[in-house]
Amino acid sequence: MKRSRLPLIITVVVLIFFYLPILILVINSFNASRFGSTWEGWSLRWYARLWHEREIWLALENSLIIGISATLLSVVLGTTAAFALHRYQSQLQRIHYTLIYTPLVVPEILMGISLLLFFAAIGLELGLFTIFLAHVTFCISFVALVVLGRLQDFDFSIVEAAQDLGANWWTACWKVLLPLLAPGIVAGGLLAFTLSIDDFVISFFVAGPGSTTLPIRIYSMIKHGSPPLINALSSILLLLTFLAVWLSQRLTIEKSAV
Amino acid sequence: MGSMRSSINEWLMTFPSMSWLVVLFLIPTLIVFAITFKPTDPYGGIGSGWTLETLRSLGNPNYPALIWRTIWLSIATTAICILLATPTGYFLARADKRWRQMLLLLVIVPFWTSFLIRIFAWKVLLHPEGFIKEALVFLHFVQPDTSLLYNAGAVLLVSVYTFLPFSILPIYAAAEKFDFRLIEAARDLGAHQVQAFIRIFLPGIRRGLLTGVLVVLIPALGSYVIPDIVGGPSGEMLGNKIAQRVFVDRNLPHASGLSAFLILAVLLPMLAVLLLQRKKERATPIIEEAS
Repeated sequence: MKRSRLPLIITVVVLIFFYLPILILVINSFNASRFGSTWEGWSLRWYARLWHEREIWLALENSLIIGISATLLSVVLGTTAAFALHRYQSQLQRIHYTLIYTPLVVPEILMGISLLLFFAAIGLELGLFTIFLAHVTFCISFVALVVLGRLQDFDFSIVEAAQDLGANWWTACWKVLLPLLAPGIVAGGLLAFTLSIDDFVISFFVAGPGSTTLPIRIYSMIKHGSPPLINALSSILLLLTFLAVWLSQRLTIEKSAV
Repeated sequence: MGSMRSSINEWLMTFPSMSWLVVLFLIPTLIVFAITFKPTDPYGGIGSGWTLETLRSLGNPNYPALIWRTIWLSIATTAICILLATPTGYFLARADKRWRQMLLLLVIVPFWTSFLIRIFAWKVLLHPEGFIKEALVFLHFVQPDTSLLYNAGAVLLVSVYTFLPFSILPIYAAAEKFDFRLIEAARDLGAHQVQAFIRIFLPGIRRGLLTGVLVVLIPALGSYVIPDIVGGPSGEMLGNKIAQRVFVDRNLPHASGLSAFLILAVLLPMLAVLLLQRKKERATPIIEEAS
């Protein structure tokens, strides 16, 4: 039976649509010209300039500080949340689940503005600490759902076996369940870290003077800065994204092959 | 005794995340509604007492146009994304295994790429001296003085570009589970391929379609960065107004009034989808029975 070629054509068009702008951006990052419209030959000058931009390095440092600390705390909070959601079926957990789930479907700008208003109302000064609080808030949900997904595939008879052999519930969790769930918790943590490093909208609302993160820096470069520098910075970040996605895909494929 | 221990354990494990989200998510969301009824103070903060000032200012004649533009841009973005994502998801699900991994990787990379960078790439392309403009002028499609940037069309284009990967993934996930023998069966029974696609495939992946709609529509309604970078005054959306009230006018009560409106605007499609799903589930689930 003949199959329509239309889905193939649309898929190809979609992929060209996805990659053409990115490709032009990457090529332009090697353009010696200050203006994207004229080609003056290959050059690495923008990458060299980027290396000497102090503000970008400071912003990267802020992003890493927030990313790492927000990841650590949200992994703890998200994992306990997932355990509670998985183990108990009560009215409390239904409310708990709604609270975990809703932040995922709220537009970022609403979370940004509501946290800004909250911090203004209680008189908390905006800065790295408020960004950290905001990031933990949206990361908890992602970690909890990733870990919950792993828990649902988990064979709990192992924990019961440990308890039969004399371990109490907490020891069984700590010595048996947690190590076996480590891959799921690490996956949740990586997701939280990526989202934190990448977040612009929420951070922008709750950032104060001196707490510029990398996305906030990129935004102000887009608004006021020189395009070739952003091209170079974007190309580096694109390369890192591609490597990360490729690596995580390879890891999951190998795991499912076993 | 045992059940009491268990309920203490439950509280110990629920308390950390729940109290965090109550304090930093639930209360701030409710505060948005409360601050709508507060006056401003001269320092750009929140004054004391209560007022209906903000509510009155929402009657500002400029707002209906802004709200209308926000709604039609979001719906148009969603419609175009679904129209492109459905055949793409279908193709991905039917591609053979080697190709599928490769194609999936190509869809996931833009999904994870910083959206600021993706918007910036389009700003460069649409720029008056950019690649697309020059090509279009060369082909006599546009006049040399038309601007491709800073209008609602640019916002629509970049929104589709940004949100399309979000809608492809849930549709692909649903299509991957779909039993394609049903389409063959329908065609054996005489259905045209378009008919089989619409009457068998689309109902079969309806959950994926609904998710695909929500993951585009909701962020599009709250869009702020895209219209801010490529929109200009004629491409402004509700999110820009909120940010403008915060960062330019320093009028937090106005910002919260507009945000409260946005919360209600976002709740509406979510409730609609929820109801639709419930009704559909109760109706005869033909596909589930067959598979």
